[in-house]
Amino acid sequence: MLSYFQRLGATSLGMFERLGRGSVFFVNILLSIPSVIVRPRLLIAQIYFVGVLSFSLIVISGLFVGMVIALQGFYTLSDFGAEGMLGVMVAASLIRELGPVVSALLFAGRAGSALTAEIGLMKATEQLSGMEMMAVDPVARIMAPRFLAGLISMPILATLFSAVGVMGGYFIGVGLLGIDEGGYWSQMQAKIDFSQDVVNGLIKSVIFGWVVTWIAVFEGHDAIPTSEGVSRATTRTVVHSAFAILLLDFILTALMFGDI
Amino acid sequence: MTETSPLIKIRDVHFSRGSKLIFDGVNMDIQRGKVTAIMGPSGTGKTTLLKLIGGQLRPSAGFIEVDGENVHRLRRKQLYLLRKKMGMLFQSGALLTDITVFDNVAFPLREHTNLPESMIRHLVLMKLHAVGLRGARDLMPAELSGGMARRVALARAIALDPMMIMYDEPFTGQDPISMGVLVQLIRLLNDALGLSSIVVSHDVKETCAIADYVYLVSGGKIVEHGSPAQLAESDSEWSQQFMQGMADGPVPFHYAAKEYAKDLLGLEA
Repeated sequence: MLSYFQRLGATSLGMFERLGRGSVFFVNILLSIPSVIVRPRLLIAQIYFVGVLSFSLIVISGLFVGMVIALQGFYTLSDFGAEGMLGVMVAASLIRELGPVVSALLFAGRAGSALTAEIGLMKATEQLSGMEMMAVDPVARIMAPRFLAGLISMPILATLFSAVGVMGGYFIGVGLLGIDEGGYWSQMQAKIDFSQDVVNGLIKSVIFGWVVTWIAVFEGHDAIPTSEGVSRATTRTVVHSAFAILLLDFILTALMFGDI
Repeated sequence: MTETSPLIKIRDVHFSRGSKLIFDGVNMDIQRGKVTAIMGPSGTGKTTLLKLIGGQLRPSAGFIEVDGENVHRLRRKQLYLLRKKMGMLFQSGALLTDITVFDNVAFPLREHTNLPESMIRHLVLMKLHAVGLRGARDLMPAELSGGMARRVALARAIALDPMMIMYDEPFTGQDPISMGVLVQLIRLLNDALGLSSIVVSHDVKETCAIADYVYLVSGGKIVEHGSPAQLAESDSEWSQQFMQGMADGPVPFHYAAKEYAKDLLGLEA
């Protein structure tokens, strides 16, 4: 019984210790951001790596998610003779929820895991140590540009996901199921509110971008420098990011749309 | 700082990793312009000592002075200034794998100077020429052999014209030719560039061939020190075992275990 409490205590202490180290690490990244801004070349390279290379995954996924929502939505709405509302349904689901959440989950799997593995392997092969000995701060040179790139890329990818999804819904709703084209767009235009829906969706994606990239970069930096350590860190990035995204989405939705 | 005072002074340094004691009161002087070797069995903390000198690790007691400055009392900015004067060659080479050989050697120059690209090109080619790899400038680190990677790392370590270089196991896993090249390069660069070198190694023959002074580390302490000739003639058990590669001696062949017969019979010690 005593050992159970000991283990519980040790686990909790370990968790808080990691959270503390993660927070200190985050503050160091924030302090290094000015040095990234004066060297935009590093940032642009990372935006290409984490953002542009995630482009095809996001576009294809967005298209299919939009198409599926349109199919499912049509069958439900047609029961009530409300097929004309399909455009609103597709757009609202994508802009408010699925755009930010699914693109963040995909981003964690595609870019987050790659960031952790890259930084973890740099640590395992002493590249980070080598930089320190060359009087180059790895947090400013390696971590901060990657963090900032994630923060910038995520809202753009989420917006792209939603936009392509709406087009997917259009192909299915208007092209395949024959609902009125004018109704699809005009209902959407009338019901989707810029500040309530679009801006809130964007805020969500910025927050998800922050949390995913923070976790990814920290896990890489904190990885045990062995192949097993890097593999575990990469898994942790995807799992912790997914939990964080879904938990934060619930909290943010309650705060943003709670009074509807 | 006078020219005759040691470049590095290590005094009563203690260091532990978890509950394992790595150094238990180490004292050492590294002289300017010399090649100093730190030798000892694997796992005695030789690499740790280099990291302590470079300020990447902090001793639990004692102090380390490099060029008159207490490494662990320096603020981050001052420490980075000092590190610009310290080159380090890691065992793996630690080259940045996503850029070419040329860019690797140019890396510290681009990070720390505002030199025009044409000047950087000249400097990089000179450094690469010094290690015999000017022709390999466009290769990626993955295309290099182990020995070549270390030579590129050496060119990078001398890019900022440091006052000293620390070599971490430079000969491990090298074929005889690469080994010979590295042995020659370490001595040649030390003398030609007026450096001070610290070579951490357990390759007795190669290290003794170029070292001016040798420290033997074992069990967290300096067990012997002197010139290679003095150590070879020393009748201390430590020197005899290490210099002649004997399996048993002060460093036991067997890892600490309970009595053999009791262990086989499954009895408690």
